[in-house]
Amino acid sequence: MAQVSLEGIRKVYPNGFQAVQTTSFTIQDGEFVVLVGPSGCGKSTLLRMIAGLEEITEGELKIGDRVVNDVDPADRDIAMVFQNYALYPHMTVRKNIGYGLKNRGTPASEIAAKVEDAARMLNLTEYLDRKPAQLSGGQRQRVAMGRAVVRDPALFLFDEPLSNLDAKLRNQMRIEIKALQRRLGTTAVYVTHDQVEAMTMADRIIVLNAGRIEQIGTPSEIYHNPASTFVASFMGAPPMNLIRAEVDQKQVKINGYDALMVASEAFSGPITMGIRPEDVELDAQGQVKFHVDILEELGAHRLLHGRIDDQPFSVMIGKEDTAHTGETRIKLKPEALRLFDKDTGLRL
Amino acid sequence: MAETTLETPVETHRPRRIKWGAIGDHTVLILGALLMMIPPLLALTTASHDAVTIHREGLQLTLGDNLGKNFHAAMFEKGGFTQTVDGTLMLMNSFILGIGFAMGKIIISMMAAYAIVYFRLRFATLAFWVIFTTLLLPLEVRILPSYEAIQKLGLTNTYTGLIVPLIASATGTFFFRQFFMSVPEELAEAARIDGAGPWKFFVDILVPLSRTMIAAIFIIMFVFGWNQYLWPTLITTDESFFTLVRGIKQIVLSYTDSQIPEHGQALALAIVAMIPPVAIVVFFQNWFVKGLTESDK
Repeated sequence: MAQVSLEGIRKVYPNGFQAVQTTSFTIQDGEFVVLVGPSGCGKSTLLRMIAGLEEITEGELKIGDRVVNDVDPADRDIAMVFQNYALYPHMTVRKNIGYGLKNRGTPASEIAAKVEDAARMLNLTEYLDRKPAQLSGGQRQRVAMGRAVVRDPALFLFDEPLSNLDAKLRNQMRIEIKALQRRLGTTAVYVTHDQVEAMTMADRIIVLNAGRIEQIGTPSEIYHNPASTFVASFMGAPPMNLIRAEVDQKQVKINGYDALMVASEAFSGPITMGIRPEDVELDAQGQVKFHVDILEELGAHRLLHGRIDDQPFSVMIGKEDTAHTGETRIKLKPEALRLFDKDTGLRL
Repeated sequence: MAETTLETPVETHRPRRIKWGAIGDHTVLILGALLMMIPPLLALTTASHDAVTIHREGLQLTLGDNLGKNFHAAMFEKGGFTQTVDGTLMLMNSFILGIGFAMGKIIISMMAAYAIVYFRLRFATLAFWVIFTTLLLPLEVRILPSYEAIQKLGLTNTYTGLIVPLIASATGTFFFRQFFMSVPEELAEAARIDGAGPWKFFVDILVPLSRTMIAAIFIIMFVFGWNQYLWPTLITTDESFFTLVRGIKQIVLSYTDSQIPEHGQALALAIVAMIPPVAIVVFFQNWFVKGLTESDK
């Protein structure tokens, strides 16, 4: 178990590309932190720096009380699960799981016992003598997990471990991984580009964009109070609606309509206004006109995609509500409106 | 609903078509196979006659009654200038050369490819191309300096001198490099985190993964080494180091005392010399194809 702290960590590749800008944060002991962002945002680089597979250009990385910048990956007391599992194809499941222990000179009897334990925990007991090629995707994923847990490391690192699985299995493994981490109480850093995984698994989410941290927060904070338009549009499916609006004498307005809410006095002029699709109601007396183009049936709820004037906008309604395409009126919940700077995209 | 009717299938008495294409293919293949088989068959039939008959009448198409005698003489009769070397010893020498040559090439080229692919060497690509260009410098081109070096090291008439100068292999390095590059990088990283150093990763992961590849290259190189002629001729003057390929020539050329050369024995030896490479290819062809075409990564 360990706390992980990054202080002023930066990564510049030899070709001059800055993959991760100066970054500092601390991961608490036993915490499950998810690094999320679009491809190329530096999340994998960050994880690989923690693993020791990538050199740290600048800054200090601590696992527990130890600075590990120059410590070999094998000696950092970490375990990593890779996207393609990276199982050794010629070894049986038993040997795959036990390989790390064997390299550390653990006595054979102890390895056998630990491998059995890990296999039992992951429901792999009957597959111990198979080779990876004879296993399904989900089972391989479990073997990769087994290889990580068997060593009882201070820190788990996951590099998009579920992206090679089909949707159903992914949902199931998501819960299993989370449950396992809870049970073992091991600190975990998990990289994904899937915002659903991030929302469901994380204690805290770190949203990255272009090598920079956009926001750190609990899933609820990230969802309800995004720090920027990037976070607002990246997290949540469908994403938060972002439309042009204006602040005039503390009144927030979409052009042509009455004031929607009262803003604090610090600013005025054009802004970007955000609101989650579920915070909008269909209301014949609503103050804003909404033109529905497409009606998306999702079972538990329905999504209406359309426009306010010329700006794209989505509304989520319950399954009991009736809806049709064409002109209608909506009501925006004032307390759910979020205001962002028009140019920087930062929360106002 | 459409009516379902049970139709009896209309009997069509189509004449069975003769597949001319297939017949043509097979004819060509059979002719080719025969063409390839004729020389060894002739060697076998001729080897069953005594030296006088062969010398007088040339190649024989029929089986004579000296087959056993010729093979026995070729394998077990001490011959050559010093009367110390027989076929068995030459067979052993050939095996030592063939196996040593193949193993040496595999070990050296695997290690070279490992260094080139897995270590961030500054001039790895350059090194690879330098190795690759040595394809343009086969032994025949560098034979004088090679001989000079071996002779100065006092390695003439040793197995070391026979094998070591031949084991650097651009082809092998190339094959292993291509293979290693197709092994997912995460495997090396996972092994690193699992505490396997470079040597352990090589031995525990890379070598077992390459086993079909190793088998394929072993087959090629064994046959190649087995058939070496020029270098062994240069480097060994002591007859106890002679290989089969050389021994055949030795018999044919022994015109001492106006004796008729033992053509029958020479051919018998030639057949013995052919068997191991053929056997290896026949028995390991599955491995061979697997190694060069697929891999279980």
